[in-house]
Amino acid sequence: MKNIRNTIALVLLSFTIKGTAQQTPASTQKEAISIEGAVAHLGNGEVIENSLIMFEGGKIFFVGDAKTRIARKGTIINANGKHIYPGFIVTCASLGLIEVDAVRASNDKDEIGELIPHVRSLIAYNAESKVVESMRPNGVLLGQISPKGGTISGTSSVMQFDAWNWEDAVVKADDGIHLSWPNSFKLGPSTEGQGRRHKPNENYTKEKEKIVSFFKNALAYGKSKAPEINPAYAATQGLFNGTQKLYVYADGEKEILDAITNTKNLGVQEVVLVGGYHSYKITDFLKQNQISVLVRAPHNLPSSEDDDYDLPYKLPKILSDSGLLVAMQNTDAKNFQNRNLPFYAGQLVQQGLSREKALQMITQNPAKILGIDEVYGTLEVGKSATLFISEGDALDMRTNQLSRAFIDGRDISLETHQTELWKRYMEKYNGK
Amino acid sequence: MRIQFYVLITLFCGLSLSAQDYFPKNDGVKAENNNFTAFINAKIHITPNKVLDRGTLLIQKEKVIEAGKTVQLPKNTILIDLNGKSIYPSFIDIYSNFGVEKPKPATSGGRSAQYGPSREGYYWNDHIMPENDAISKFNYDNKKAKELREAGFGVVNTHIQDGIARGNGALISLNDIGNDSDRVLADKSAQYFSMTKSVAKRQAYPTSLMGTLALLRQMYFDADWYAQGNVTTKDLSLEALNTNKGLVQIFEAKDKDNVLRADKIGDMFNINYTILAGGNEFESVAEIKATNASLIVPINFPDPYDVSDPYLAEYVSLEDMRFWNQAPTNPKVLEENHITFSLTLHDQKSTSSFRKNLLKAIEYGLSKTKALEALTTIPAQILGKSNIIGSLQNGSQANFLITSGDIFDKESVLYENWVQGQKHIINNKELKDIRGNYNLAAGKKMYQLSITGELDKPKAEIKEGEDKLTSKINYEDHWLTLSFNTKEGDQAFRLSAMATSASDNLEGKLLLPDGTETTFNATRTSAFSEKEKDGAKETPVVVPIAFPNIGYGYSQQPKQESMLFKNATVWTSEDMGILEQTDVLVKNGKIAKIGKDLKSIGATIVDATGKHLTAGIIDEHTHIAALSINESGQNSSAEVKMEDVVDPKHIGIYRDLAGGVTSAQLLHGSANPIGGRSAILKLKWGAGADGMIYNNSPKFIKFALGENVKQSNWNSFSRFPQTRMGVEQTFINYFQRAKEYDIKKKSGQPYRFDEEMETLAEIINGERFISCHSYVQSEINMLMKVAEKFDFKVNTFTHILEGYKVADKMAEHGVGASTFSDWWAYKYEVNDAIPYNAAIMQSQGITVAINSDDAEMSRRLNQEAAKTVKYGGMTELEAWKMVTINPAKLLHIDHRVGSIKEGKDADLVLWSNNPLSVYAKVEKTIIEGAVYFDLEKDKQQREAIRKEKALLINLMLKEKDNGSPTQEPKKKNQEELHCDSL
Repeated sequence: MKNIRNTIALVLLSFTIKGTAQQTPASTQKEAISIEGAVAHLGNGEVIENSLIMFEGGKIFFVGDAKTRIARKGTIINANGKHIYPGFIVTCASLGLIEVDAVRASNDKDEIGELIPHVRSLIAYNAESKVVESMRPNGVLLGQISPKGGTISGTSSVMQFDAWNWEDAVVKADDGIHLSWPNSFKLGPSTEGQGRRHKPNENYTKEKEKIVSFFKNALAYGKSKAPEINPAYAATQGLFNGTQKLYVYADGEKEILDAITNTKNLGVQEVVLVGGYHSYKITDFLKQNQISVLVRAPHNLPSSEDDDYDLPYKLPKILSDSGLLVAMQNTDAKNFQNRNLPFYAGQLVQQGLSREKALQMITQNPAKILGIDEVYGTLEVGKSATLFISEGDALDMRTNQLSRAFIDGRDISLETHQTELWKRYMEKYNGK
Repeated sequence: MRIQFYVLITLFCGLSLSAQDYFPKNDGVKAENNNFTAFINAKIHITPNKVLDRGTLLIQKEKVIEAGKTVQLPKNTILIDLNGKSIYPSFIDIYSNFGVEKPKPATSGGRSAQYGPSREGYYWNDHIMPENDAISKFNYDNKKAKELREAGFGVVNTHIQDGIARGNGALISLNDIGNDSDRVLADKSAQYFSMTKSVAKRQAYPTSLMGTLALLRQMYFDADWYAQGNVTTKDLSLEALNTNKGLVQIFEAKDKDNVLRADKIGDMFNINYTILAGGNEFESVAEIKATNASLIVPINFPDPYDVSDPYLAEYVSLEDMRFWNQAPTNPKVLEENHITFSLTLHDQKSTSSFRKNLLKAIEYGLSKTKALEALTTIPAQILGKSNIIGSLQNGSQANFLITSGDIFDKESVLYENWVQGQKHIINNKELKDIRGNYNLAAGKKMYQLSITGELDKPKAEIKEGEDKLTSKINYEDHWLTLSFNTKEGDQAFRLSAMATSASDNLEGKLLLPDGTETTFNATRTSAFSEKEKDGAKETPVVVPIAFPNIGYGYSQQPKQESMLFKNATVWTSEDMGILEQTDVLVKNGKIAKIGKDLKSIGATIVDATGKHLTAGIIDEHTHIAALSINESGQNSSAEVKMEDVVDPKHIGIYRDLAGGVTSAQLLHGSANPIGGRSAILKLKWGAGADGMIYNNSPKFIKFALGENVKQSNWNSFSRFPQTRMGVEQTFINYFQRAKEYDIKKKSGQPYRFDEEMETLAEIINGERFISCHSYVQSEINMLMKVAEKFDFKVNTFTHILEGYKVADKMAEHGVGASTFSDWWAYKYEVNDAIPYNAAIMQSQGITVAINSDDAEMSRRLNQEAAKTVKYGGMTELEAWKMVTINPAKLLHIDHRVGSIKEGKDADLVLWSNNPLSVYAKVEKTIIEGAVYFDLEKDKQQREAIRKEKALLINLMLKEKDNGSPTQEPKKKNQEELHCDSL
């Protein structure tokens, strides 16, 4: 008992306390940094046991073995026995759009209207959110920020998590449009003795038709230069020319088939399936259509009583094993849960996926799906120095202990509102 | 004046039966009919067990004079020959709302709940209405009566089906010819109760099943107190309840577990309820039998699901499919287990579907004798009216059915339903069967006439050579009318004839298309014969029940076994720490020995090399396996018990086992400052609720602080408290009252037994422990100060997200903490919640547990514990204690569970890896030496579910093909309950 207290006290001494509400964003990388000796998990499936990684001006210029005879540039960080990872990437999150779920005034994630692709997340993104900064100590450094609710919720953007304002935070503006496909099964009203039950949705066809009609109109609208702007149609043009992706949320087998067949037929170039609870039943179809999947993170319950207890745990692995490009999202969970992204990957290792493949699901794969893989997602020469050093295996709760983290080479703070409170109160108790 | 006149008319016109001898008569002369009627040569079922093959039933006026082999017939007897036909006593339904209109639902009012009652002079709760009197709301319903008679019923016991205490019923004969003075066999025939609130009243309390049960208990305590003359004010409800105490007490449960709940209340107050069952009693028939209650059983068997669309069929659970398959066996299972039951029309889709379902129950094994008893002698006996209804013994009411044969044969026809000696024709038994093939001579031509279909609704087909002619047929009261068109279709022949018993041929009048009147005759060439049934009836396929009866239920409840774990890494959660390569022997449900190279004869050897063995995880805060979480109808609900609403069929139990959880505290929610009493469970999947609740369970209660009890996050503006200031005052007020109550109780003075005050007094007396939902430091501190004022200690703060800010004060008070690992930002009061909380509190000497409050997190609490290593630098040893021995300590069960120690319960988990690692998987979960989860078994279960679903889907498709109505696919809503689930 005493020992632990002493250890904690020692740990605490090594911190400095700032006492401000938010962490100050780090300034541009001024000097090259060389990290030596760590086990480097490159995010592309490869591992370098004893690595040397060097970056300058925000870009990685060397990735290799530490035994390589090459001059170390700039500040040298000795990371012997430690692990280095590319920054983890969350998808379909509403981080920065809502701060406290129960406080309506802090909620900017769900605009009224059913088909509102013109609504954009990035301008509402709160770069100073305390929830956003709490992502960083777990290695989550980037994310796709998407609006919620309605049928077409709006347009998302990819942001990095250390910025003064939303403009600075943008990594990729307006990357995709988010569409919730209707359910063929719906929660019915409460009946005596049975409570509320899901039953076939009588309006399924009608709801589907609305979406189809919207896309047909949007496509037709784009073919001529109308003098009157229709904001909703105008906002979807990127889908037809391939500059934006369509993120379709569907879980049932029928819904997935319907959603993908329809949106592809309507001329949408790139469709990403989000959710996909039953996608494991139709992996061949998904492969044929070259659909990548943002599957629901494993820390969820099976949706039917008779499902395997571990279906959510193994679903991402099943999809990955079948050759699909897979990343994870936990869009139904509360915002703060996004910091558990590394442990979602860890859970897949528990299910038999290799550690590096699991890691890909939160690094290279989401980067590819979001279309930022030329810059982010892996530790490769020429890419952004967005990475972190962990004391141990970052996919395991016990050893996910970050000592340093960088976004575009900027040496970011790993302090948060939460670490500050921790230190404040430990000082109080240790001081008495 | 005019209205009164009409009333007189109706009263007197109906009077053909027995004249009420003291009523004056002004529309004619008084005349009595004292003749007898004798039914001879019939097979008479005097009772289900007393049957005469060719007997005589003699009746006079409304009564049976005698039924026997030979009966002396007075001279003024009308004889009715029933050769080949059968007589049965008519049926009785003792759970009916016949003639009593269902109260209209209250219109919603205001934006806040109504906490107070709307009545004066009655019980404080609007849903308690024992003063209700069915007869005062009764209006004889001719149309419904006809429907009921057609289904074979002669007498129903009706009542107002609304509210928790529903008042008394009335026993009514379905006699259309008489009037209410004849029909009403008894008012105050029974006193009725239910677990459902009145639709007509808006008072919020009770909002939950557990609140309903508590209300019923308190109602009886209060009635007793009132009866002793201790109450100076008037309470018409309690007076009625007490007055009607001697009647038959009928309780609407409508579910097997609710039958047990009702019975428990009955046991407390020495009442033997007759209970309306739910139709699923076969699932736990042993417990049902043990109640010794008589049941009223509905037979509203479900239709098969329409599973023809595979995408939609996917959503139907095995549980629902099984219930469709097994429900028709319910009456049979009750019979096999010698449970007394009557049958009811209650919840039948339509009165006419009753017979179909009754025949189905017989097809599924219910004996015909028992079926008849359940419709006649047993309901009569339950009502204490065996002397007048339910049989055809001398002196009984002349209520009987005349049928063509065995009443439980599909082919049999119900001809007449006599009620109180009055004939009601259902099907004309004299009607001649004219069905058959005829040569019809009409005009100058010959036609082929074929009459098929039902006896009284025949169908006709007329052919001229090979040509079919369009035709219409009607047959009523022996008169046949038939019309058909010529081949050209434009000219009609019209025929009319009276069928007579003298000849099988038909002769009568014919109107030719040109209007000429002439005659026709039709010579029968062959009689009608029903098509042969396709072979013998197959015995229905019924799948076996499981424990519990849903997917992943076991065919047998897991049994204790002796087990020897070899070479495990043993996490003791004791001072011994983690022991490498160690053996653990389990015997008789206990941890018998821990050591190296252990041997045991007969024990199953489990090779645990490379694996980790730990004590079962204990979740201090769960809401799985509950039917309700909050009783939010009052700001204190200390009277309610989670033990009343444990749901042993909840899949969350199995999933928790798969995550290594063996014990959990099922807590009341956080809607009220003072919540309800906890249920502490061992997750023995397959056991009933009582089998899961700890024996000699420590007593706990949920308290709550902050936004939920202030009702900050939803529209509610009328309930005290709305601020943290009010929360303190609520506590002080309740504890002060409880203290005063306890003093009075201990002084020996008479006192009104109050379950709520009893519970609160237990807290003050240190016999019951508080687990308090808490967030911010101010309120945490406040509750400790309130407790200190009343000289007790708060046992546990749960959630306790700002506990780290007052950890020193908490340590001084001596309270424990049970918290989330990393939750925050979901509401305003968790702004300062930090994942370092557990570590900080632990550093200050507080006993700290990590809990879930969430069905998802509960099944991987090992990972949540591991987060304390990341956040705050706990050692692995201490982190692991946070989900084992620490919660055991907080729950006062650490002498039984929570660690691996010789003599403790063998609640163990075998892990594939270090249990704190995200890579660890549960391989086996054991409770008291019985294996409740096993990875291998789980695999088999998945396969079994797949196969059984396929079988049942095929059976349902077959039934649909055979023309059965279906119901659309439904998916069980898995409502995941949390603290604030209302």
